Amino acid sequence: MWQWLIEPLQAGFMVKAIWVSAFVGVVCAVLSCYITLKGWSLMGDAVSHAVVPGVVVAYALGLPFALGAFVFGFGATVIIGYVKSQTRLKEDAIIGVIFTGFFAFGLVLATKIPSNVDLFHILFGNVLGISQSDIIQTLIAGSATLAIILFRRKDLLLFCFDPNHAKAIGLNTQLMYYTLLSVLALTIVTALQTAGIVLVVAMLVTPGSTAYLLTDRFDHMLMISVATSVISCVLGTYFSYHLDVSTGGSIVVLMTIIFALAMVFAPKYGILGQKLTRQIPLEQ
Amino acid sequence: MRSDTFGITVENISVTYSNAHLALYNASCYVQPGTITGLVGPNGGGKSTLFKTIMGFVNPNQGRVHIDGLSVKMAQKRQLMSYVPQSDDVDWNFPVSVADVVMMGRYGYMNMLRIPGREDRRQVAESLERVGMADFRQRQIGELSGGQKKRAFLARAMAQNSRVILLDEPFTGVDVKTEKRIVNLLLQLRDEGHTILVSTHDLASISTFCDRTILLNRTVLAEGTTADTFTEDNLSMTFGGLPLSSLPQVFSNPQRHYE
Repeated sequence: MWQWLIEPLQAGFMVKAIWVSAFVGVVCAVLSCYITLKGWSLMGDAVSHAVVPGVVVAYALGLPFALGAFVFGFGATVIIGYVKSQTRLKEDAIIGVIFTGFFAFGLVLATKIPSNVDLFHILFGNVLGISQSDIIQTLIAGSATLAIILFRRKDLLLFCFDPNHAKAIGLNTQLMYYTLLSVLALTIVTALQTAGIVLVVAMLVTPGSTAYLLTDRFDHMLMISVATSVISCVLGTYFSYHLDVSTGGSIVVLMTIIFALAMVFAPKYGILGQKLTRQIPLEQ
Repeated sequence: MRSDTFGITVENISVTYSNAHLALYNASCYVQPGTITGLVGPNGGGKSTLFKTIMGFVNPNQGRVHIDGLSVKMAQKRQLMSYVPQSDDVDWNFPVSVADVVMMGRYGYMNMLRIPGREDRRQVAESLERVGMADFRQRQIGELSGGQKKRAFLARAMAQNSRVILLDEPFTGVDVKTEKRIVNLLLQLRDEGHTILVSTHDLASISTFCDRTILLNRTVLAEGTTADTFTEDNLSMTFGGLPLSSLPQVFSNPQRHYE
């Protein structure tokens, strides 16, 4: 067991990969609490797919990938908001149209523009082969996310819970809406190298959902979410090394297993727990 | 009349939603300061829309609302207005406690980080005490009964110390005893100089506590003291419906706010 934990650390790339995934795990877990409560999972999926053309364009122009990804990810959400205000369509339909459109455009660009962008790495992540400059971009995007959330955490929570009250006490809810969207885009940029765009939505939804099943208090929810996420990210990276399987894949599989355990065994909201509490009055 | 009471002026408001549904047409009324005013009308008659317009949640196609000359935005920045939502509009599974919700009433007085000070804690404790919810302060909001839920949100409005309080259908799903209790709280608040607007389709309770009544069905049909306004003729006109086809349509979209 000891050997199992120590041996990968002989390789420099593994040390880097583990630190990066743990950091990504923290960032995603914190935001996932807000995304879960706000009901924005689909929006997370949309933003993650919409960044693809941004990444390709950024590489082609020699710009940092994070910049391109952020611009396109955030841009897609602005377009979604605009289309929603102008048409009678329901939001899920609009999201579906816009993000697949962006994603398809990204595919077209990636296969046409000659660059060293590996589409497979964008789609599924490549934390074991992460470059120094990508680490720096990941750290900047992630730290910005954490700083914004830390600074605005109560207002953002109020915005998720009761946007009308936020407005009634004179807060700028429009600004909060865009703050949360930009933080969402930043988080996706952060997680891009680890999980890839296809799986990043899992890192944005699963830890928060797991925690939501386990507690009624938001501060506990944050802690549980971060704990399950970091454990999954670190262990997932190990599994990926030892079993020679996809890193993003094993991280998300672990997260899903923890979620399934919580779903069954959570004391109050788990399937078993709810059965037991329902039986108590009958037994008395 | 006290100097710190505020009236609500609604001037010629029309609201059409983006699905072309005409919710309100040329509605004008005045909610007098320091009164409890009942807003009465059938379901779908525009009560919620009028509330949302007064609170600035929905922008009207035409007309304006002001609070004794202050724009709604300014009044909100000064913590003059609070809104007690319908139960259906609240996510009762949200991981917040009763005390958390009441503390949200104090956010407008706090600094950017929303760290409560002594005064904030005192106001929260006092409001919880007044609505009789002090023992439930640590409860998650979904674990409350219908009446307790209403009282928790009323406590938030009280902690905010706003001069104008709007309550959207506060008596839906509560028993007679709780209704009485809420009415007593509202009467106390009025006597302290708050202006209170209550929407309800529970006609039986109106004359027991509303000083004034506004009858609404797509537009304001009558307003005045409850004794003058709450008449059989007026009610049958309000609930009998309006010849809507005679109203000119308003087409441009009101800007709806992101939620």
